[in-house]
Amino acid sequence: MTELADLLSDPRTWWGARGLVHRAGAHLELALLATAIAMALALPLGIAVGHRRRGGAVVAAVVNVGRSVPTYAVIAILFPITLRARFGDLGFWAGVGGLVLLALPPLFANTYVGMTEVDRSLVESARAMGLRPLQVVRSVELPVALPLVLTGVRTAAVQVMATATLASVFGYNALGSFLLEGLTQQDTAKLVTGAAAVSGLSVLTDAILGVAQRLATPWVPTRRRRFGRSDRAKSAPVVSGSALGPEGNIA
Amino acid sequence: MSAPSPVTAANGPDSFVWWAWIPDHASEIADRSVEHLQLTLLSVAIGLLLSAALATLVLRHRVWQGPVTWATGVLYTIPSLALFGLLVPVFGLSQTTALVALVSYTLVVLVRNIVAGVDGVPAAVREAGQAMGYGRARRVLAVELPLAVPTIVAGIRIATVTTVGLVTISSVVGAGGYGAFINDGLDRGGFSTPIVVGAVLSMLLAVTLDLALLGLQWLLTPWTHAARSRVPG
Repeated sequence: MTELADLLSDPRTWWGARGLVHRAGAHLELALLATAIAMALALPLGIAVGHRRRGGAVVAAVVNVGRSVPTYAVIAILFPITLRARFGDLGFWAGVGGLVLLALPPLFANTYVGMTEVDRSLVESARAMGLRPLQVVRSVELPVALPLVLTGVRTAAVQVMATATLASVFGYNALGSFLLEGLTQQDTAKLVTGAAAVSGLSVLTDAILGVAQRLATPWVPTRRRRFGRSDRAKSAPVVSGSALGPEGNIA
Repeated sequence: MSAPSPVTAANGPDSFVWWAWIPDHASEIADRSVEHLQLTLLSVAIGLLLSAALATLVLRHRVWQGPVTWATGVLYTIPSLALFGLLVPVFGLSQTTALVALVSYTLVVLVRNIVAGVDGVPAAVREAGQAMGYGRARRVLAVELPLAVPTIVAGIRIATVTTVGLVTISSVVGAGGYGAFINDGLDRGGFSTPIVVGAVLSMLLAVTLDLALLGLQWLLTPWTHAARSRVPG
Protein backbone atom coordinates (compact mmCIF):
# COMPACT_ATOMS: atom_id res chain seq x y z
CA MET A 1 0.00 0.00 0.00
CA THR A 2 2.81 2.42 0.87
CA GLU A 3 4.52 1.46 -2.40
CA LEU A 4 1.41 2.46 -4.28
CA ALA A 5 1.23 5.76 -2.39
CA ASP A 6 4.93 6.39 -3.09
CA LEU A 7 4.45 5.70 -6.78
CA LEU A 8 1.40 7.93 -7.07
CA SER A 9 3.02 10.81 -5.21
CA ASP A 10 6.08 10.70 -7.47
CA PRO A 11 5.64 13.36 -10.18
CA ARG A 12 7.48 11.10 -12.66
CA THR A 13 4.54 8.72 -12.46
CA TRP A 14 2.31 11.44 -13.87
CA TRP A 15 4.38 13.70 -16.10
CA GLY A 16 6.93 13.27 -18.85
CA ALA A 17 7.16 10.77 -21.67
CA ARG A 18 6.81 7.80 -19.30
CA GLY A 19 4.08 9.37 -17.20
CA LEU A 20 0.42 8.43 -16.87
CA VAL A 21 -0.84 11.54 -18.67
CA HIS A 22 1.25 11.09 -21.80
CA ARG A 23 0.69 7.35 -21.86
CA ALA A 24 -3.08 7.65 -21.38
CA GLY A 25 -3.10 10.10 -24.28
CA ALA A 26 -1.16 7.65 -26.45
CA HIS A 27 -3.50 4.84 -25.40
CA LEU A 28 -6.53 6.93 -26.34
CA GLU A 29 -4.98 7.96 -29.66
CA LEU A 30 -4.42 4.32 -30.62
CA ALA A 31 -7.82 3.08 -29.45
CA LEU A 32 -9.85 5.91 -30.93
CA LEU A 33 -8.10 5.76 -34.31
CA ALA A 34 -8.62 1.99 -34.52
CA THR A 35 -12.29 2.27 -33.56
CA ALA A 36 -12.85 5.07 -36.10
CA ILE A 37 -11.19 3.13 -38.93
CA ALA A 38 -13.16 -0.01 -38.08
CA MET A 39 -16.41 1.99 -38.02
CA ALA A 40 -15.61 3.56 -41.39
CA LEU A 41 -15.15 0.06 -42.82
CA ALA A 42 -17.80 -1.99 -41.04
CA LEU A 43 -20.82 0.33 -40.83
CA PRO A 44 -21.25 1.07 -44.57
CA LEU A 45 -20.62 -2.59 -45.38
CA GLY A 46 -23.08 -3.81 -42.75
CA ILE A 47 -25.70 -1.33 -43.93
CA ALA A 48 -25.23 -2.32 -47.58
CA VAL A 49 -25.33 -6.09 -46.97
CA GLY A 50 -28.15 -5.79 -44.45
CA HIS A 51 -30.19 -3.62 -46.81
CA ARG A 52 -30.01 -6.34 -49.47
CA ARG A 53 -31.04 -8.92 -46.84
CA ARG A 54 -28.93 -11.54 -48.52
CA GLY A 55 -25.73 -13.40 -47.76
CA GLY A 56 -26.52 -14.17 -44.11
CA ALA A 57 -24.54 -17.41 -44.12
CA VAL A 58 -21.48 -15.79 -45.69
CA VAL A 59 -21.70 -12.90 -43.23
CA ALA A 60 -21.91 -15.30 -40.30
CA ALA A 61 -18.94 -17.33 -41.52
CA VAL A 62 -16.73 -14.29 -42.09
CA VAL A 63 -17.71 -12.72 -38.77
CA ASN A 64 -17.02 -15.94 -36.89
CA VAL A 65 -13.61 -16.49 -38.42
CA GLY A 66 -12.74 -12.83 -37.83
CA ARG A 67 -13.83 -13.20 -34.23
CA SER A 68 -11.63 -16.22 -33.62
CA VAL A 69 -8.38 -14.64 -34.87
CA PRO A 70 -6.31 -13.58 -31.82
CA THR A 71 -5.59 -9.83 -31.80
CA TYR A 72 -2.13 -10.36 -30.32
CA ALA A 73 -1.16 -12.59 -33.22
CA VAL A 74 -2.39 -10.03 -35.76
CA ILE A 75 -0.34 -7.28 -34.11
CA ALA A 76 2.67 -9.62 -34.02
CA ILE A 77 2.46 -10.41 -37.72
CA LEU A 78 2.01 -6.74 -38.68
CA PHE A 79 4.86 -5.62 -36.44
CA PRO A 80 7.81 -6.78 -38.61
CA ILE A 81 6.08 -5.31 -41.67
CA THR A 82 5.78 -1.86 -40.09
CA LEU A 83 9.30 -2.24 -38.71
CA ARG A 84 10.69 -2.81 -42.21
CA ALA A 85 8.75 0.11 -43.61
CA ARG A 86 10.01 2.29 -40.72
CA PHE A 87 6.49 3.59 -40.57
CA GLY A 88 5.22 5.59 -37.59
CA ASP A 89 5.92 5.07 -33.88
CA LEU A 90 7.20 1.63 -32.90
CA GLY A 91 4.20 -0.68 -32.55
CA PHE A 92 1.59 1.97 -33.33
CA TRP A 93 0.36 0.93 -36.77
CA ALA A 94 0.68 -2.76 -36.00
CA GLY A 95 -1.52 -2.05 -32.97
CA VAL A 96 -4.01 -0.12 -35.09
CA GLY A 97 -4.23 -3.04 -37.54
CA GLY A 98 -4.83 -5.65 -34.84
CA LEU A 99 -7.39 -3.52 -33.03
CA VAL A 100 -9.28 -2.70 -36.25
CA LEU A 101 -9.62 -6.42 -36.87
CA LEU A 102 -10.85 -6.87 -33.30
CA ALA A 103 -13.51 -4.18 -33.73
CA LEU A 104 -14.83 -5.25 -37.14
CA PRO A 105 -16.88 -8.34 -36.15
CA PRO A 106 -19.08 -6.76 -33.43
CA LEU A 107 -19.59 -3.61 -35.54
CA PHE A 108 -20.45 -5.49 -38.68
CA ALA A 109 -22.61 -8.19 -37.03
CA ASN A 110 -24.72 -5.73 -35.06
CA THR A 111 -25.22 -3.41 -38.04
CA TYR A 112 -26.14 -6.30 -40.29
CA VAL A 113 -28.59 -7.82 -37.82
CA GLY A 114 -30.05 -4.39 -37.03
CA MET A 115 -30.78 -3.82 -40.71
CA THR A 116 -32.26 -7.26 -41.35
CA GLU A 117 -34.42 -7.02 -38.23
CA VAL A 118 -36.28 -4.01 -39.66
CA ASP A 119 -39.86 -5.04 -40.32
CA ARG A 120 -40.25 -5.84 -44.02
CA SER A 121 -43.69 -4.27 -44.19
CA LEU A 122 -42.19 -1.01 -42.93
CA VAL A 123 -39.65 -1.03 -45.76
CA GLU A 124 -42.30 -1.94 -48.31
CA SER A 125 -44.68 0.80 -47.25
CA ALA A 126 -41.82 3.30 -47.44
CA ARG A 127 -41.14 2.11 -50.97
CA ALA A 128 -44.83 2.31 -51.83
CA MET A 129 -44.79 5.92 -50.64
CA GLY A 130 -42.22 6.56 -53.35
CA LEU A 131 -39.00 6.67 -51.32
CA ARG A 132 -35.91 5.84 -53.30
CA PRO A 133 -33.57 3.08 -52.01
CA LEU A 134 -31.14 5.53 -50.38
CA GLN A 135 -34.04 7.36 -48.74
CA VAL A 136 -35.39 4.06 -47.42
CA VAL A 137 -32.00 3.33 -45.87
CA ARG A 138 -31.60 6.81 -44.44
CA SER A 139 -35.05 7.60 -43.11
CA VAL A 140 -36.51 4.16 -42.36
CA GLU A 141 -33.98 1.36 -41.95
CA LEU A 142 -31.15 3.22 -40.23
CA PRO A 143 -33.29 4.83 -37.51
CA VAL A 144 -34.89 1.48 -36.71
CA ALA A 145 -31.52 -0.29 -36.75
CA LEU A 146 -29.79 2.44 -34.75
CA PRO A 147 -30.06 0.86 -31.26
CA LEU A 148 -28.28 -2.29 -32.41
CA VAL A 149 -25.72 -0.35 -34.48
CA LEU A 150 -24.87 1.71 -31.41
CA THR A 151 -24.63 -1.44 -29.29
CA GLY A 152 -22.06 -2.68 -31.78
CA VAL A 153 -20.11 0.57 -31.58
CA ARG A 154 -20.15 0.44 -27.79
CA THR A 155 -19.04 -3.20 -27.61
CA ALA A 156 -16.26 -2.63 -30.15
CA ALA A 157 -15.02 0.59 -28.55
CA VAL A 158 -14.84 -0.98 -25.07
CA GLN A 159 -13.02 -4.07 -26.36
CA VAL A 160 -10.52 -1.96 -28.26
CA MET A 161 -9.95 0.31 -25.26
CA ALA A 162 -9.23 -2.70 -23.05
CA THR A 163 -7.04 -4.50 -25.59
CA ALA A 164 -4.90 -1.57 -26.74
CA THR A 165 -2.36 -2.44 -24.00
CA LEU A 166 -1.00 -5.20 -26.26
CA ALA A 167 0.67 -2.70 -28.60
CA SER A 168 3.11 -1.93 -25.80
CA VAL A 169 4.59 -5.43 -26.06
CA PHE A 170 5.74 -4.28 -29.49
CA GLY A 171 7.29 -1.09 -28.22
CA TYR A 172 4.41 1.40 -28.25
CA ASN A 173 4.83 3.74 -25.29
CA ALA A 174 1.37 3.83 -23.71
CA LEU A 175 -0.54 2.49 -20.69
CA GLY A 176 0.47 -1.07 -21.55
CA SER A 177 4.08 -0.04 -20.87
CA PHE A 178 3.20 0.28 -17.16
CA LEU A 179 2.04 -3.33 -17.22
CA LEU A 180 5.19 -4.56 -18.97
CA GLU A 181 7.45 -2.56 -16.66
CA GLY A 182 5.52 -3.85 -13.66
CA LEU A 183 5.84 -7.37 -15.01
CA THR A 184 9.57 -7.29 -15.68
CA GLN A 185 10.45 -5.29 -12.55
CA GLN A 186 7.98 -7.25 -10.41
CA ASP A 187 6.53 -3.94 -9.31
CA THR A 188 3.01 -4.55 -8.02
CA ALA A 189 2.28 -0.85 -7.57
CA LYS A 190 3.04 -0.22 -11.24
CA LEU A 191 0.88 -3.16 -12.31
CA VAL A 192 -2.05 -1.97 -10.23
CA THR A 193 -1.68 1.61 -11.47
CA GLY A 194 -1.54 0.54 -15.11
CA ALA A 195 -4.43 -1.89 -14.76
CA ALA A 196 -6.57 0.68 -12.95
CA ALA A 197 -5.89 3.26 -15.67
CA VAL A 198 -6.82 0.86 -18.46
CA SER A 199 -9.91 -0.45 -16.65
CA GLY A 200 -10.89 3.13 -15.85
CA LEU A 201 -10.72 4.15 -19.49
CA SER A 202 -12.73 1.07 -20.54
CA VAL A 203 -15.42 1.69 -17.95
CA LEU A 204 -15.50 5.37 -18.90
CA THR A 205 -15.88 4.50 -22.59
CA ASP A 206 -18.72 2.14 -21.76
CA ALA A 207 -20.46 4.77 -19.63
CA ILE A 208 -20.07 7.62 -22.13
CA LEU A 209 -21.27 5.53 -25.05
CA GLY A 210 -24.10 4.20 -22.88
CA VAL A 211 -25.30 7.74 -22.25
CA ALA A 212 -24.83 8.63 -25.93
CA GLN A 213 -26.83 5.57 -26.88
CA ARG A 214 -29.67 6.56 -24.56
CA LEU A 215 -29.70 10.13 -25.90
CA ALA A 216 -29.61 8.99 -29.52
CA THR A 217 -32.37 6.42 -29.13
CA PRO A 218 -34.68 7.79 -26.41
CA TRP A 219 -37.50 5.48 -27.50
CA VAL A 220 -35.65 2.34 -26.46
CA PRO A 221 -36.59 1.31 -22.91
CA THR A 222 -33.57 1.59 -20.61
CA ARG A 223 -32.57 -1.90 -19.71
CA ARG A 224 -29.26 -3.61 -19.45
CA ARG A 225 -28.82 -3.76 -23.17
CA ARG A 226 -25.35 -5.16 -23.49
CA PHE A 227 -26.00 -8.06 -21.22
CA GLY A 228 -29.43 -8.77 -22.64
CA ARG A 229 -27.86 -10.05 -25.80
CA SER A 230 -28.48 -13.72 -25.24
CA ASP A 231 -32.20 -12.86 -25.48
CA ARG A 232 -31.61 -11.02 -28.70
CA ALA A 233 -29.65 -13.90 -30.13
CA LYS A 234 -32.76 -16.03 -29.86
CA SER A 235 -34.91 -13.60 -31.78
CA ALA A 236 -32.26 -13.07 -34.43
CA PRO A 237 -30.15 -16.18 -34.86
CA VAL A 238 -27.49 -15.16 -37.35
CA VAL A 239 -25.64 -18.39 -36.77
CA SER A 240 -27.75 -20.21 -34.22
CA GLY A 241 -26.99 -17.68 -31.57
CA SER A 242 -23.22 -17.54 -31.80
CA ALA A 243 -22.54 -14.55 -34.03
CA LEU A 244 -24.31 -12.39 -31.51
CA GLY A 245 -23.45 -14.43 -28.47
CA PRO A 246 -21.64 -12.89 -25.53
CA GLU A 247 -18.92 -10.70 -26.91
CA GLY A 248 -15.41 -11.83 -27.58
CA ASN A 249 -12.26 -11.17 -25.70
CA ILE A 250 -10.79 -8.49 -23.61
CA ALA A 251 -7.09 -9.07 -23.75
CA MET B 1 21.26 -13.52 -67.50
CA SER B 2 23.47 -12.80 -64.56
CA ALA B 3 23.24 -14.76 -61.34
CA PRO B 4 20.39 -13.58 -59.13
CA SER B 5 21.57 -10.88 -56.79
CA PRO B 6 21.69 -12.12 -53.19
CA VAL B 7 19.73 -9.08 -52.07
CA THR B 8 16.64 -9.73 -54.15
CA ALA B 9 16.61 -13.46 -54.62
CA ALA B 10 18.16 -15.11 -51.59
CA ASN B 11 15.85 -16.13 -48.82
CA GLY B 12 17.80 -15.72 -45.62
CA PRO B 13 17.69 -14.53 -42.01
CA ASP B 14 16.82 -11.02 -43.16
CA SER B 15 13.77 -12.11 -45.15
CA PHE B 16 10.29 -11.60 -43.77
CA VAL B 17 10.01 -15.36 -43.46
CA TRP B 18 13.24 -17.36 -43.67
CA TRP B 19 11.87 -20.63 -44.94
CA ALA B 20 14.88 -22.74 -44.00
CA TRP B 21 14.35 -21.74 -40.35
CA ILE B 22 11.06 -23.62 -40.18
CA PRO B 23 12.22 -27.23 -40.85
CA ASP B 24 15.28 -26.53 -38.69
CA HIS B 25 12.94 -25.80 -35.77
CA ALA B 26 10.41 -28.52 -36.45
CA SER B 27 10.83 -30.22 -33.08
CA GLU B 28 10.54 -26.91 -31.22
CA ILE B 29 7.40 -26.10 -33.20
CA ALA B 30 5.97 -29.47 -32.22
CA ASP B 31 6.83 -28.88 -28.53
CA ARG B 32 5.28 -25.41 -28.57
CA SER B 33 2.16 -26.76 -30.25
CA VAL B 34 1.71 -29.35 -27.51
CA GLU B 35 2.23 -26.70 -24.82
CA HIS B 36 -0.22 -24.31 -26.44
CA LEU B 37 -2.90 -26.93 -26.94
CA GLN B 38 -2.45 -28.40 -23.47
CA LEU B 39 -2.66 -25.06 -21.73
CA THR B 40 -5.72 -24.05 -23.77
CA LEU B 41 -7.65 -27.26 -23.22
CA LEU B 42 -6.72 -27.53 -19.55
CA SER B 43 -7.82 -23.93 -18.91
CA VAL B 44 -11.16 -24.37 -20.67
CA ALA B 45 -11.77 -27.73 -18.96
CA ILE B 46 -11.10 -26.35 -15.47
CA GLY B 47 -13.05 -23.22 -16.36
CA LEU B 48 -15.98 -25.35 -17.47
CA LEU B 49 -16.00 -27.34 -14.21
CA LEU B 50 -15.90 -24.15 -12.12
CA SER B 51 -18.52 -22.50 -14.30
CA ALA B 52 -20.83 -25.51 -14.06
CA ALA B 53 -20.61 -25.25 -10.27
CA LEU B 54 -21.23 -21.49 -10.32
CA ALA B 55 -24.09 -21.84 -12.81
CA THR B 56 -25.71 -24.52 -10.66
CA LEU B 57 -25.50 -22.17 -7.70
CA VAL B 58 -27.09 -19.37 -9.74
CA LEU B 59 -29.84 -21.60 -11.16
CA ARG B 60 -30.80 -22.92 -7.73
CA HIS B 61 -30.47 -19.69 -5.77
CA ARG B 62 -31.19 -16.69 -7.96
CA VAL B 63 -29.86 -14.24 -5.39
CA TRP B 64 -26.38 -15.34 -6.47
CA GLN B 65 -26.88 -14.26 -10.08
CA GLY B 66 -25.92 -10.64 -9.41
CA PRO B 67 -22.80 -11.32 -7.33
CA VAL B 68 -21.52 -14.11 -9.61
CA THR B 69 -22.07 -12.03 -12.77
CA TRP B 70 -20.40 -9.05 -11.14
CA ALA B 71 -17.39 -10.96 -9.80
CA THR B 72 -16.66 -12.86 -13.01
CA GLY B 73 -17.16 -9.63 -14.97
CA VAL B 74 -14.68 -7.76 -12.82
CA LEU B 75 -12.09 -10.54 -13.26
CA TYR B 76 -12.61 -10.26 -17.02
CA THR B 77 -11.88 -6.54 -17.12
CA ILE B 78 -8.38 -6.90 -15.62
CA PRO B 79 -5.94 -6.52 -18.53
CA SER B 80 -4.24 -9.86 -19.13
CA LEU B 81 -0.71 -8.43 -18.92
CA ALA B 82 -1.60 -7.06 -15.47
CA LEU B 83 -3.21 -10.25 -14.20
CA PHE B 84 -0.24 -12.34 -15.34
CA GLY B 85 2.05 -9.86 -13.63
CA LEU B 86 0.09 -9.83 -10.38
CA LEU B 87 0.11 -13.63 -10.20
CA VAL B 88 3.86 -14.00 -10.75
CA PRO B 89 4.75 -13.26 -7.08
CA VAL B 90 2.33 -16.00 -6.04
CA PHE B 91 3.03 -18.75 -8.59
CA GLY B 92 6.33 -17.69 -10.18
CA LEU B 93 7.20 -17.60 -13.86
CA SER B 94 5.33 -20.75 -14.78
CA GLN B 95 2.41 -22.42 -16.47
CA THR B 96 0.51 -22.30 -13.16
CA THR B 97 0.50 -18.49 -13.28
CA ALA B 98 -0.85 -18.62 -16.81
CA LEU B 99 -3.38 -21.32 -15.94
CA VAL B 100 -4.91 -19.41 -13.02
CA ALA B 101 -5.30 -16.27 -15.14
CA LEU B 102 -6.64 -18.15 -18.15
CA VAL B 103 -9.22 -20.07 -16.11
CA SER B 104 -10.47 -16.88 -14.50
CA TYR B 105 -11.04 -15.30 -17.93
CA THR B 106 -13.22 -18.19 -19.13
CA LEU B 107 -15.71 -17.89 -16.26
CA VAL B 108 -17.76 -14.89 -17.37
CA VAL B 109 -18.69 -16.30 -20.77
CA LEU B 110 -19.19 -19.88 -19.63
CA VAL B 111 -21.35 -19.11 -16.58
CA ARG B 112 -23.48 -16.66 -18.56
CA ASN B 113 -24.06 -19.12 -21.40
CA ILE B 114 -24.80 -22.12 -19.17
CA VAL B 115 -27.36 -20.08 -17.22
CA ALA B 116 -28.85 -18.60 -20.41
CA GLY B 117 -29.00 -22.05 -22.02
CA VAL B 118 -30.85 -23.65 -19.13
CA ASP B 119 -33.09 -20.60 -18.75
CA GLY B 120 -33.95 -20.91 -22.42
CA VAL B 121 -35.52 -24.34 -21.98
CA PRO B 122 -39.27 -23.83 -22.51
CA ALA B 123 -41.30 -24.22 -19.31
CA ALA B 124 -43.65 -26.63 -21.10
CA VAL B 125 -40.77 -29.01 -21.87
CA ARG B 126 -39.57 -28.83 -18.28
CA GLU B 127 -43.06 -29.56 -16.99
CA ALA B 128 -43.49 -32.42 -19.44
CA GLY B 129 -40.38 -33.98 -17.96
CA GLN B 130 -41.78 -33.52 -14.49
CA ALA B 131 -45.15 -34.98 -15.52
CA MET B 132 -43.39 -38.06 -16.87
CA GLY B 133 -42.06 -38.64 -13.38
CA TYR B 134 -38.45 -37.67 -14.04
CA GLY B 135 -36.54 -36.91 -10.89
CA ARG B 136 -34.49 -33.78 -10.50
CA ALA B 137 -31.20 -35.28 -11.72
CA ARG B 138 -32.80 -36.97 -14.71
CA ARG B 139 -34.67 -33.80 -15.63
CA VAL B 140 -31.41 -31.86 -15.68
CA LEU B 141 -29.40 -34.49 -17.55
CA ALA B 142 -32.01 -35.77 -20.01
CA VAL B 143 -34.12 -32.68 -20.67
CA GLU B 144 -32.51 -29.40 -19.72
CA LEU B 145 -28.85 -29.98 -20.61
CA PRO B 146 -29.43 -31.34 -24.13
CA LEU B 147 -31.66 -28.38 -24.98
CA ALA B 148 -29.07 -25.99 -23.54
CA VAL B 149 -26.23 -27.54 -25.57
CA PRO B 150 -26.20 -25.01 -28.46
CA THR B 151 -25.88 -22.06 -26.08
CA ILE B 152 -23.34 -23.84 -23.87
CA VAL B 153 -21.18 -24.92 -26.82
CA ALA B 154 -21.38 -21.38 -28.21
CA GLY B 155 -19.92 -20.25 -24.88
CA ILE B 156 -17.22 -22.94 -24.97
CA ARG B 157 -16.27 -21.81 -28.49
CA ILE B 158 -15.84 -18.20 -27.41
CA ALA B 159 -13.93 -19.24 -24.28
CA THR B 160 -11.63 -21.57 -26.26
CA VAL B 161 -10.83 -19.08 -29.00
CA THR B 162 -10.21 -16.33 -26.45
CA THR B 163 -7.96 -18.66 -24.47
CA VAL B 164 -5.85 -19.56 -27.53
CA GLY B 165 -5.12 -15.84 -27.92
CA LEU B 166 -4.42 -15.33 -24.24
CA VAL B 167 -2.07 -18.35 -24.12
CA THR B 168 -0.03 -16.61 -26.81
CA ILE B 169 0.25 -13.59 -24.53
CA SER B 170 0.99 -15.75 -21.47
CA SER B 171 4.45 -16.56 -22.79
CA VAL B 172 5.49 -13.25 -21.22
CA VAL B 173 5.42 -15.14 -17.90
CA GLY B 174 7.26 -18.12 -19.35
CA ALA B 175 4.29 -20.35 -20.01
CA GLY B 176 5.62 -21.46 -23.39
CA GLY B 177 3.32 -21.98 -26.34
CA TYR B 178 3.46 -20.13 -29.66
CA GLY B 179 3.96 -16.81 -27.90
CA ALA B 180 7.48 -17.98 -27.01
CA PHE B 181 8.37 -17.69 -30.70
CA ILE B 182 7.05 -14.14 -30.78
CA ASN B 183 9.04 -13.18 -27.67
CA ASP B 184 12.10 -14.81 -29.16
CA GLY B 185 11.84 -12.74 -32.32
CA LEU B 186 11.24 -9.55 -30.36
CA ASP B 187 14.20 -10.24 -28.07
CA ARG B 188 16.43 -10.60 -31.12
CA GLY B 189 15.58 -7.12 -32.31
CA GLY B 190 12.61 -7.94 -34.47
CA PHE B 191 13.83 -11.17 -36.14
CA SER B 192 10.62 -11.63 -38.07
CA THR B 193 10.60 -15.34 -38.90
CA PRO B 194 9.77 -16.69 -35.41
CA ILE B 195 7.31 -13.81 -34.87
CA VAL B 196 5.40 -14.69 -38.03
CA VAL B 197 5.56 -18.43 -37.35
CA GLY B 198 4.22 -18.01 -33.79
CA ALA B 199 1.48 -15.63 -34.89
CA VAL B 200 0.32 -17.71 -37.85
CA LEU B 201 0.29 -20.93 -35.82
CA SER B 202 -1.80 -19.39 -33.04
CA MET B 203 -4.26 -18.01 -35.60
CA LEU B 204 -4.51 -21.42 -37.23
CA LEU B 205 -5.05 -23.12 -33.88
CA ALA B 206 -7.82 -20.67 -32.93
CA VAL B 207 -9.68 -21.10 -36.20
CA THR B 208 -9.22 -24.90 -36.16
CA LEU B 209 -10.51 -25.30 -32.61
CA ASP B 210 -13.45 -22.99 -33.38
CA LEU B 211 -14.44 -25.10 -36.39
CA ALA B 212 -13.90 -28.35 -34.45
CA LEU B 213 -16.27 -27.16 -31.71
CA LEU B 214 -18.79 -26.04 -34.32
CA GLY B 215 -18.68 -29.59 -35.69
CA LEU B 216 -19.08 -31.00 -32.19
CA GLN B 217 -22.14 -28.82 -31.65
CA TRP B 218 -23.60 -30.05 -34.93
CA LEU B 219 -23.07 -33.68 -33.86
CA LEU B 220 -24.51 -33.10 -30.38
CA THR B 221 -27.71 -31.44 -31.59
CA PRO B 222 -29.02 -33.52 -34.47
CA TRP B 223 -32.55 -32.08 -34.01
CA THR B 224 -31.46 -28.60 -35.05
CA HIS B 225 -30.55 -29.70 -38.57
CA ALA B 226 -32.59 -32.85 -39.10
CA ALA B 227 -35.80 -31.29 -40.36
CA ARG B 228 -35.07 -27.73 -41.39
CA SER B 229 -31.97 -25.61 -41.39
CA ARG B 230 -31.98 -22.82 -38.82
CA VAL B 231 -29.69 -20.62 -40.87
CA PRO B 232 -31.68 -17.56 -41.91
CA GLY B 233 -31.62 -16.30 -45.47
